[in-house]
Amino acid sequence: MAKNKQANARLDVEGMSLQSLSLWNITLRRLLRRKSAVIGLVIIGILIMVALTAQWLAPYDPLKSMLDIQGYSGSIEKRLPPCIHMLGCPADEPQHILGLDGNIRDEFSRLLYGSRLSLMVGFATVTFAIIIGTVLGALGGYLGGWVDNVIMRVMDVLLAFPSLLLAIAIVTVLGPGLINALLAIGIVSIPAYARVVRASVLSVREMDYVSATRALGGNTYEILFKRILPNALTPLIVQGTLGIATAILDAAALSFLGLGAQPPTPEWGSMLGAERNQVFTAPHLVFYPGFMIMLTVLAFNLIGDGLRDALDPRLGHAS
Amino acid sequence: MLGEKATDEVCDDFLRRHGLDKPIPVQFVVYMKEILQGDFGRSFRFSLPVTEILMQRLPITVELAIAALLISMLVGIPLGILSAVKHNSWVDVLTMLWANIGVSMPVFWLGLMLAYIFALALKDTPFQLPPSGRLSPGLIPIPFYEVWNMNVTEGTTTFTILDFLSRMNILNGFLSRDFDLIKDATTHLILPALALGTIPMALIARMARSSMLEVLGQDYIRTARAKGLRYRTVIIKHAFRNALLPLVTVIGLSFGGLLGGAVLTETVFNLSGVGRILYEAITARDYGIVQAFTVVIAVFFVALNLIVDISYAYLDPRIRLN
Repeated sequence: MAKNKQANARLDVEGMSLQSLSLWNITLRRLLRRKSAVIGLVIIGILIMVALTAQWLAPYDPLKSMLDIQGYSGSIEKRLPPCIHMLGCPADEPQHILGLDGNIRDEFSRLLYGSRLSLMVGFATVTFAIIIGTVLGALGGYLGGWVDNVIMRVMDVLLAFPSLLLAIAIVTVLGPGLINALLAIGIVSIPAYARVVRASVLSVREMDYVSATRALGGNTYEILFKRILPNALTPLIVQGTLGIATAILDAAALSFLGLGAQPPTPEWGSMLGAERNQVFTAPHLVFYPGFMIMLTVLAFNLIGDGLRDALDPRLGHAS
Repeated sequence: MLGEKATDEVCDDFLRRHGLDKPIPVQFVVYMKEILQGDFGRSFRFSLPVTEILMQRLPITVELAIAALLISMLVGIPLGILSAVKHNSWVDVLTMLWANIGVSMPVFWLGLMLAYIFALALKDTPFQLPPSGRLSPGLIPIPFYEVWNMNVTEGTTTFTILDFLSRMNILNGFLSRDFDLIKDATTHLILPALALGTIPMALIARMARSSMLEVLGQDYIRTARAKGLRYRTVIIKHAFRNALLPLVTVIGLSFGGLLGGAVLTETVFNLSGVGRILYEAITARDYGIVQAFTVVIAVFFVALNLIVDISYAYLDPRIRLN
């Protein structure tokens, strides 16, 4: 009888450890079963490849005006519409798949290089916001009392303003530029992560296994980082993926207003902003950068939604 | 502001005139006192009282935001309900695809593309719409209080309120029965409102769908169907009412996004509303305007959250306000 019970208990323990080991496996499998998430993953995969190989893929230098390049003389004009040889563009004209921009640069090459910046913006701001947000949220949730009060009231103040306006204000104080824009967007998105982490910490803090760790002599650091925070990971990942999408959108908006990346940097938002008054004469220069922003943001949104469903234990999965 | 060559006397005089020579806490108390009296100080850049600028610009943004929210609700809610009722059909798939694309589009890009399509590609068709401004050139709206021959003197509170209302062109058109004005203002408003309303529209459609799906699976829906009620009655009276709560939250919260989006929309469509003036004030460090709008936005947000909370009690009698 006693032996049987012991065996059962061991089986349970093994079952649990098996499950916890393969949580990411299960999540991945669930994620891959959703068509929309797969589409998102494919788009991001392609974008990362493009970003990594931009210097070989791009037919021209993204910063150089065609005027400086030998073989172009006189006949070249700014904002030329796309010229593709396969689609009937005369062979004696140089090929520009997406045309030329207002400074006679190859739009296609600039778009390719732009993927680097957008992905970097997304990952950098979210990493920054997650680190600061996690520390603040964990401290507030774990320590409670006046620390919690001070941190969360500051977060409330940040949340009380429309994020884009707050980011504009921060950039104005810091001065325009890509790095400052990243910082501004990062700061603006801290509260979301702080709240998520604080909520998880509050719900886990009183659990038996935390008390057990404390009884075994674990210090605050061990309890917080080894016992509590891993449980806050799943909501953070979902929030982070969706946060990348928002960060890219906000960064593009700041650049569009002239507060983010400065010319001649090939950033999609500032490329669009520079040509916005030419929308009636050269619509291709407005369409393509915006389309790329939309595609990137859409992909991260799809993955984020897929992850949320895959990680949600309340949704029944017949897996 | 005074130029690089301003002498110390000029600077001192400027500081004294604007009360900036006093200690910061004293300045703060003075500022708070004046705010409570409805005085937000003066804008350094325009040399005008901030309240006056606020009253001129706010109607433009209010009109735009209301139009955007109306569009997003009128399209988003039915779409969400439809895709929940016809779960997993092509309607559902298309709606969710549209909703996903909608939240991913940069507002400024959508605005420019709409301007291109409706002002250039559809030129000389009945669908042509103007790409910028609030009214056609040459059209000067007459405030409704003048049409009504009302006797108001400038500077009084009544005048400020009437003037504020009359600056919303469509409302002014209705009040003064000027149908050309209504038509012209509406055609100018459609594109910006569409651009600004797309993101909330997508959010509302998604929320309406998911909360309807949750409600439709409940037992009381089956009961209502079982006792022989018409399907449409069940959807509208039994299901939708219970799905309203999360929807109201999303609609309330999307106001904040609207204000951020207004900066971009107003830039693209050349409207001089609150979003645009606030952006200009922040970048030009016109602190009078920035402070005033900060206070207004904060009050607005608190009020909005309060309204959303109160509406919970109205929508769900189980929630009591204590």
